[in-house]
Formats: sequence, C-alpha cells, structure tokens
Amino acid sequence: MQQPKTLFKKIWDKHIVVEENGAPAVLYIDLHLIHEITSPQAFAGLHERGLPVRRPDKTIATMDHSTPTTNLSLPIHDSQAKAQLEKLKQNCEAFGIELYEMGSPRNGIVHVIAPESGMIQPGKTVVCGDSHTSTHGALGALAFGIGTSEVEHVLGTQCLLQYKPKTYQVQINGTLEAGISAKDIILALIAKIGTGGGTGHVFEYTGTAINNLSIEERLTICNMSIEAGARAGMIAPDDTTIEYLSGKEFSPKEETWDRAVAYWKELPSDEGAEYDSQVSLEVSDLAPMITYGTNPGMGMKITDLIPDPALASTLEERKASEKALVYMDLRPGQKIINLPIDVAFLGSCANGRISDLRQAAAVMDGRKVADSVKMLVVPGSQEVKRQAESEGLDKVFKEAGADWREPGCSMCIAMNGDHLEPGQYAISTSNRNFEGRQGKGGRTFLASPLTVAASAVSGNITDARTIIN
Amino acid sequence: MPSFKKLTSKIIPLPLDNIDTDQIIPARFLKAIDKESVVEGLFADWRYQSDGKPIPEFVLNQPAYQGANILLTGDNFGCGSSREHAPWALVGWGIHAIISTSFADIFNNNALKNGLLPILVDTKTHQSLFDLAEENPDAMLKINLEDQTVTLPNKNSFEFPIDAFAKKCLLNGMDQFGYIMSFESQIRDFESTQIEAGSII
Repeated sequence: MQQPKTLFKKIWDKHIVVEENGAPAVLYIDLHLIHEITSPQAFAGLHERGLPVRRPDKTIATMDHSTPTTNLSLPIHDSQAKAQLEKLKQNCEAFGIELYEMGSPRNGIVHVIAPESGMIQPGKTVVCGDSHTSTHGALGALAFGIGTSEVEHVLGTQCLLQYKPKTYQVQINGTLEAGISAKDIILALIAKIGTGGGTGHVFEYTGTAINNLSIEERLTICNMSIEAGARAGMIAPDDTTIEYLSGKEFSPKEETWDRAVAYWKELPSDEGAEYDSQVSLEVSDLAPMITYGTNPGMGMKITDLIPDPALASTLEERKASEKALVYMDLRPGQKIINLPIDVAFLGSCANGRISDLRQAAAVMDGRKVADSVKMLVVPGSQEVKRQAESEGLDKVFKEAGADWREPGCSMCIAMNGDHLEPGQYAISTSNRNFEGRQGKGGRTFLASPLTVAASAVSGNITDARTIIN
Repeated sequence: MPSFKKLTSKIIPLPLDNIDTDQIIPARFLKAIDKESVVEGLFADWRYQSDGKPIPEFVLNQPAYQGANILLTGDNFGCGSSREHAPWALVGWGIHAIISTSFADIFNNNALKNGLLPILVDTKTHQSLFDLAEENPDAMLKINLEDQTVTLPNKNSFEFPIDAFAKKCLLNGMDQFGYIMSFESQIRDFESTQIEAGSII
C-alpha cells in the first residue's frame, strides 16, 4: 500500500522536475504573479542575461503597492513611484506579459485579483515576490512568497530551487460565536505560536471551524500564515472550493472542468498522513482579537489587559516587548478597550474582499464615523469595488463619513501617499503592525473588519459585540 | 554573486528578537529600481531622527562599529516581507554575516543569494557571544566557511550548520540561475509530459 500523503506532499511531488541528493529540488511553477515593487531588478537581471521570460502565459502582472487610491485620472505626484510603475509597464511590454494596469477593470491587489478571477486552483504551485502569497493556499494551492533573485529564476526558467519544507497541521475546531471572524482565528493562532512559530514549515489548516469557513474567510487565514513564520498555509479543496471556482473567468470549462474537479478531489491529505508538527486551537470561546505591540504575535483578546514584558522567557524577547510598548506608548496591565484611535483602515489583502466590506457596512449602516477619526475604506480590487457599489455599500460608508477609495495596498504598506502621521493610532484590518508599517512613527492595532468598523464609529477601541447585539 | 570564504570582524550587537524587514528597510525605500541605492534605507527609522540627523545611540551609528561586518542579533531575524532589499541594504552597508538563533525563511533564502552568511547558533552560544560583545567591544570573530567554524579571541571555536549546496554556492560565488538552467532539457521534458499533456490541470 502507498504511504499516506499530505495535501502538501501530493502537490510537491507532482511538481518536482529534478531532485538530486545534497541539493534543493527544482520545482515547477504553474503561476507567477508579479507587481511593481519586487520585479524591476529581476527583469534587469534577465535582460542582462539576454534571456526571454520562459512562460509569459503563466505570468500575470498587476500594479498595487504604490498606486494612489484617490482620483486615478490625476498624474502621480511621487516621481519614484511613477518611474517604478512605468518600469513595470515597459518590462511587461518588452517580455510579453499581461499587465492589469492601474485603473483597468481587472486591477487590484495581487492577492485579491488572482483568487477572484479563478487563476488560483487546487493543486497548483503559485509564487510571487510578496510574502502574502501564502493567501492562495486557501484554494488548495501550494503558494509562497519569494525574493527578487527567485523572481528572476522563475521568469527565466519557470522553476525555483527549493528545499522541501516541513509540514505543520493546524487544527482549528469549534463554532464561532456571533461577532467573531476568521481574522480573530488567525490572530489567536499567531498569538499562541509566535511570529516565528511556523518557520521552516507549511501549514495545513484542518478542523471543523475551517470546514465551515467561506473561501474569503479562508483567504484571510492563509494570508497571515507568514505572520506566524510559515511560508505557506493550505486548506484542502472541498465542495466550498469547487463551488467558489465554478464559472470563474480562469476556471477550467466543460470537459476540462470535470477532469479538474476529479483531480482536486484526490488532493486532500490521506487518512493517517503524518505531519512534522501539530497544534490545535479551540475557537468556540474566542473573543475578538487585537494586537497591542509591534508584531502580529503580540495579540490578545480585546477584553484582556496588556501583558507585562517582564514575563518574557529571554532577555531579547523582553527587550523587544519593552521596546514595543514604548513605541506604542502603552503600559503593562492597561486595558485596551476604549483607547482612542485616530485612523480606521478597512482594506488590504487580508481583509479587502467583498465579505469584509459587507460586515463592516452592516455595523456602520445608519451610524457616523466619530469626529476624531479618519476612516479609509479601500476595496481590494476593481471587481470588489464594482460589487460593493452595486450593493450600495459605498453609500453606507460615505454617509457614515468614511473615505471610499480606489483599490490598492494603500495604508497597509503606506507606499502610495496613504499613511499615518507620527504618533497616530490606527485600527486596521491589514496584516502587519511593525513599527512604521503604516507610516513613520504610526502605531497600529490589527483587528477584524467588525472591530475596525465598531471602533471607527465609537472613536475608540470597541468590542463590536457590544454594538451589534 | 560575491563569494564568501573567510571573514574576521568585530561583532555588532543588536539584541532584539523578531527584527522584521520593515525595520531593516522601511517600505518607502522600496521604490528603487536598482539594488545599489537601497543601502540609504538600512534601519532608516532606527538610524535617523525625523529631521535626518543620525541617532548616536543606534549601534550602526557608533564610531566603534564602522567597518565591522558581523551582526549579532535576536531570534527570528528578517521576519515579515519578502523584500530582497533587506539583504541588499545590509550587504551594501558592509554586513556579510549575521549570527542568530533563527532566521525567517524568505530572508534566509534571500541572504544566501547575495553572499550574506546566516550563522545559526544555540541559545547558550548566542548568549556567550552577546556577553563577549559587551565585555570586549573590540573582540574579533574569525569565520571560516570551508570549516564551518567561528573562532573566538580566546582561540575557542564552535561549528555552525549550513547545507552543502548553500555552502558550495557561497564559497564559489555560484549563481543559482545558471544551476537551474543546466536542467533545461529536464524542464522541457517536464513541460511536455506533465503540463501540456494535462497531468497537472
């Protein structure tokens, strides 16, 4: 009998071109996503070698990190950003790569447009010069972020050198109470295992709570796998996956669809398949989660008190925690609820999808953003924006006093002019609260769309359950 | 890629866990389209005040560490974004080896492609190196990649792990692109038997 295999191992084995002893495997890549920030030096390298892009048909480019979210018909003020966007356009033209340009109907954040258009399918290997490529594992693909040298490798050879990562089963069981979302699950996991807990591993999320999540919720979970140090996070394809992909632009059609579905059904991990590590998390008693520090592992229940760095197990950990609290201007033992905020950000590849906007809009309908708060709502893609506008969500946000913007990474990475001022506090649906991530000197609380919406209308950090019931 | 064989240098201590790539190089420095100019952004928000003046206490600004090449730092170094600008900036400043108890995966991969050696140590060795750097800031470490050893001023030494392929690439300054290209015929076979034949849908 064949050895039982994990989902990861099935996809890995099928994509090995060469595996020699003492060297990393040559792994074939089915889909290469690129954007303006991590590609220019890779194209320059390829150009120097005098080589073409091996498979432009397996490569898709978008503009997302430094694109403005205000009026797209105006010229871009930032000359460096403008030059970088123009470079991407020139490179795509020169190398024959399809580009979803800023403002075009298919443009958006790379990790939003690829799943929504059906490009990401179970069993595929997907890479991008972007750590949040882990997002796409939600559809049963093996997807991970790479550096620019590796972008050059994939452009030129459609392959990557990779050591086989270890596998890590993340069992998430239980039933979520009202007001608790996928973002709270993943923040709770990262708080439990730490930002380096998954290093060297690929996560496979399993368990009853995962089975009950929609694809958009699964995308939120897998998106933040990298924040626990895992390069990839995966969820086995099931009926929810198949239903999601049915009829999408890039999904297989007719007879190929039937063959694809049959193939996808073989992918889930076999009974008895072994993982290198395991962790389990019970989520029935989960509360909304929020971060208080400067990495996504510094998270806690919104109802808890800020932990004391003195409890850290090593000196370096204690120093990092103390530095984080100084940066955030918070104290051990302090309550986080009711702390005032200056900015509320709803968007990003973690939570910029239509279901995220719907949840926030449900809280904000008929309410006003507090006078002291500036709120930005940035849909993840033009498609999300169109859908939201067709449902009237834009009106809900605008009537509440929030800014309704054009799609892009925006204030998640603060490269496009949307940024915090030094010392400002933001509550944000994005995925990183590192020092200065949302603007030099800015301070970030990561939370779910519900918590962000509830806090925006209250003007301070609020448990959404207290206003939606 | 530059090769790495031996290195003798003072230790630059930066005793913090989980230093992320947004600290190593903040996002506003990622708009460059070359590799050379990104060094300006290295630890920019820890090195400079908002008016652009250097922060004298930050270790990279201290005169004693100018010209030093070995960074000693906390666990999970390089977590966060995949930006290869982080090793470009570190190497641009003169850091050629980093010692820690762990490195984030993507950072580790990126470092190895830029002649930057990540040296993994256990917590005891890690602590003794911090003690050494504090007691004697002029202490020199000798790194020998061929032997996979680090030698302390008292002539004691310890070994560090590195996989054979990464070691070969670093010792020879070997370009991994060329290595993948050497399998061109296997890649072509794979495409015709697996991809085009529809075995992978």
